[in-house]
Formats: sequence, C-alpha cells, structure tokens
Amino acid sequence: MKRYHRRRIRSFALCGLLLLINTVTNLAFSQLTKMGDELTEDDIAMIQALAPNAPLPKADELVHIPPSIHELDQDDDLHPKMKEAILRGHDLFINTQQLRGENIFNNLTCASCHMGEGRLPFAGPVWPAAIDLPNYRGKNDHVNSLEERIVGCFTFSMNGQPPAYGSDDMLAISLYLQWLAKGVAMYPEAKIYGRGYPRLPEPEMAPERARGQIAYEENCALCHGINGAGVVESGEVIFPTLWGDASYNWGAGISRIFTMASFIKHNMPLGLPNTISDQEAWDIAQYINTQERPQDPRYTGDIKETLALYSDTFHKHTMYGQEVEGKILGDHNNTGEKDFLMPQELRPRDFSTRQK
Amino acid sequence: MQRYRTILPFLWGGLLLFSVSSAGEISIHESTQNLNPAAIERGKELSLVCAACHQPDGRGMDLPAVESWPRLAGQNRDYLVAQMKAYKDGTRENATMPIYVNNLNDEEMMDLATYFASLPMTEADKLDEIDEAQYKRGEFLVQVGDWDNYIVGCSKCHGQDSMGVGATFPALAGQHSGYIIQQLEAWQENKRQNDPQGLMASIAKRMNAEDIEAVALYLSQQSVNKAHQTQPDENSPTSHQ
Repeated sequence: MKRYHRRRIRSFALCGLLLLINTVTNLAFSQLTKMGDELTEDDIAMIQALAPNAPLPKADELVHIPPSIHELDQDDDLHPKMKEAILRGHDLFINTQQLRGENIFNNLTCASCHMGEGRLPFAGPVWPAAIDLPNYRGKNDHVNSLEERIVGCFTFSMNGQPPAYGSDDMLAISLYLQWLAKGVAMYPEAKIYGRGYPRLPEPEMAPERARGQIAYEENCALCHGINGAGVVESGEVIFPTLWGDASYNWGAGISRIFTMASFIKHNMPLGLPNTISDQEAWDIAQYINTQERPQDPRYTGDIKETLALYSDTFHKHTMYGQEVEGKILGDHNNTGEKDFLMPQELRPRDFSTRQK
Repeated sequence: MQRYRTILPFLWGGLLLFSVSSAGEISIHESTQNLNPAAIERGKELSLVCAACHQPDGRGMDLPAVESWPRLAGQNRDYLVAQMKAYKDGTRENATMPIYVNNLNDEEMMDLATYFASLPMTEADKLDEIDEAQYKRGEFLVQVGDWDNYIVGCSKCHGQDSMGVGATFPALAGQHSGYIIQQLEAWQENKRQNDPQGLMASIAKRMNAEDIEAVALYLSQQSVNKAHQTQPDENSPTSHQ
C-alpha cells in the first residue's frame, strides 16, 4: 500500500515535471498539440490570433500548431546541420521563384496557397502530409509517399518539373514539412482541425460566374488585376497570377471550385480572412476557375478521354471540359510556360502483381 | 525534353495557335518617365508652401518625439493624389494638411503630386547605433510577417524591397520612422481610413507598440532602390484606386 502510494506520488511528480517542461517548451516554441477538448483559454486565444474569425476546434479534433522557423535558433536539440536543411526547405517554400524555369513555370510560390509558411489551419497546412503519408490517395489511385505528394504540387499547382526524388531540394522541402509536424503521432485517428481547405457549406444559390466577376472586381482585382495577372516585380511574385499561362494548371487541387471557395473564404482578401460571405467565395471561385489555364499534365491528347479518366476522382469538381461562353475549357494543347506536358516523376504504382 | 517527345511537335503547334492570356510584369520606369513635364513645372510653383515642412527636395522632416513629415520625393504620383483627396474628404485626419489641401482643385493636386513624384527619392538619416534585436524583429515583420498574430509581412504588398507597388501600396524604404509610427497608430485609432478594403487597418490593429517601432526602425534604415521606383503605369492592376 505504502509503496503504491509512493509510486503514485512519484508518477504525479513526474507528470508535473513533464507538464512544466511542456509548458516552457510551448512558451519557447509557440507549439501546440492537443485534442479540441483539452484546449485551455490561452490555447484558444492563440488559435484565434493566428486564424482570425475561423471556426474553433471541435472537441474531437486534433489541433496542432507547428513550431515557427523563427524560433529554430533556440532549439538546442537540433543538430546545426538539421537547422541548415530545415532553413533551406523553408526558404524554398516561401521563395519558390528561385526554382523558376527549372522546377516551376508560373507566378506562384508554395506560400501563395499555404499561407503563413504552411503552418496555419484553413490555409492548407502542410504538416499533415508528413504524418499521414505514405497513404492511399484517390487522386492517383495508388499509395503515395511524402515526396510523391510534393511532386504533385510541383506538377500541377506550380505547372512544373518536380525536383528529383531524393534530391537535396526534395529532402529539404520534405524535412521542413516533417519538422512542422513535430510532436504529432503518425496516422492520427482523429480528424485534424483546419486540414487542407475545409469544404464550405453549400451555397444558397449555385455558384455563378457573372456574380463572381462582380465580387472578384470588388474584392480581388485591386491586387490580382482585372485580368488575373497579379503583379510580378523583378522576378518576385507580389500578387499571384490566378489564371492564364503563368498560373496553376487544370490538374491543380485549387482548380476545383470547392477548394478555391474555401481558400478564398478563409484567406482572402489578404489580412482579412473569413470576412466575405460564403456565397461570394463560391461565386468568385466559379469566376476564377472558369478561366483558361495550362493543360492538365495527365492530358491524353483528347479532352473527352481525359475527362472520362479523371472525372470521378477529380474533374467532376472542376470546370475542365465544360462549355463556358461558347468555348470548351481545357480543350487545347497549351502547356503554359513549360515545353512539356507531364514530368516523368508522375507515374503509377502497382503492388498487385508483386503479391506472393 | 526526353519525356513526351512524340507529342512535342503537336504541343509546340498548339502553343502557336493558342495562347492563354499573358501574365503581367510591372514595367519599371525612371522616376520622371511617364510624368507630364508641364505638370511638373506647375507643381513646382505650387509646392513652395509645402516646402516649409516637406522640404524643397521633398525629403520631409523627422523631429523625434515631436512631429514627423513624410518624404514625398519619388512617391507614386497617383498615391499622392489619393492622399490629398483623403485629407479633403476626411478619411485621413490631420491637424494641418486639410488647411492646405482644401483650396486645391483636382488639377492642382495632380500637378503637385506629379512634381513630388518627379523628385529623386531621398532616404531617412541612417542611425549610428541600432538596437540589433529590434532591427531583426522589424526585418522579420517586414519580410515574412508574424503569422501567429496574423500580421502579414509588409513586403507582401509593398514589395520585397519596400519600394511600393502601383498606386495603392506606397514606397516605405527610407521613409522616416516617426512618420511610419504615426501612421500605423492613426490606422489603429481610425484616424486614417483611406486604405482600400481596410487592408492596412486590419493589419495595423494586430500590431503592438514594439512591433510598430521595430517595423519603423527597419524600414527607415533601408536604402532606396532607384531602379524600382514605380510610377503611373496603365497596365498595373494597382494603378487605379
């Protein structure tokens, strides 16, 4: 009995010590990993500061606020070589134009869509990929690795040629994602708070291009331009290009109306997240994503055939192959600023023939 | 190039036949290009009254803890016009500016703005001693932003070298720190409400006093990148308010 008590006291003390270390760590690294029902008032205040006006976590959701790169210096547990590699990954993530003409062929950076250096909920936080892959993805109907997921971003969203598997840049980017996931267990069962761009409630009226144009010109054109070209200055993207040759191609996740609608609602106008109505977000998404853009790298040479192959898993959510103002969207051979269609890194995997 | 060799000729053909709209690269002008020489002359005459505070070369004045008058030299013409109009319509509060601006008509405002836009951009005095930690904080807020508090980096709209973008986002590099502090506080207190869509106010209100001072220090100590001065360009998405 006595011994049991002592052990219990010792374990309480240990818990307290761990809790203290944890608190200090959280303080030093502004990092948070908890279930929704474990959040303190301070935690909630922290979430409200980094995701203004966003929905708060539900009790059964996993909340993870990654460490910030600006506190990397203070992390004594990391080998300096690790810090260098993480910093390189972060730099590629926010200054992606340094890969222009080599790996990317449009006026975007990773951080154009993954706001706040890929750390923010409702802004396509990138760390979930690091704890949820390898895994099956419906988009390509096979098991994907983390590097393969990044290959997808380069191929579609950046209309590019991904860095080679195993290359220094690929390692640096995947390490940055992995490091952001610090403290989260692999393959969590709980739903992740603010993962991707959570689908908005269905709009009252079906998304409409004409209404979208009006809302676009009111809310977006100041920076992105009436023609969606955005602003690029001395090789640096100030305001991303939203359509045309220098934007994402027809295979990019954000070419889906529901993804773009959620991105807009939760992230735009810049600095004013969650301020426009859901209806406006859906309408603006419809307007932007009924504009022409570079060909889907999975194009077979025939739009109907391509559509048939990828409708169920993808294009039923885009306007690809649909007629808008007398033209079939995506019915062209324009690959944008690159001179090839599909990078060789994008290839199927099949383990069915290797079963014993 | 090895991949998809078979479809390349067909792709190139497609590229020639079909072109999606081209992306815009803001063309950069020398400060006096695109500015009307007659307007510069007229503006110069009108500017004598401005010179008392903004100085004959438009460099402004910074009296620490007293008052700070912004550098106007080399600032975007249309941005300057919009500011004068804001003093007139009260969306920008100031003790003295309305007295001068209320008597000006649209043409005179344009002439004055053209004159100041035509002047070579000056720089705030470089400080002998700089608090390194404060400067670093400023650099971080300007270049990356404090996303934990949703403070978007200044460079996201004002440009990587803080030289401004179009007519909406003014040049900040080398601007007086006192003036930058004054303005961020004005946005916080709703004394300045002429920012399109409330973009600046929303961010200013998330900044604390240390953030504001750090940003002002960093920006004031930046050199002016003359190759990057933006002036009216009809192709710029931000050239019209």
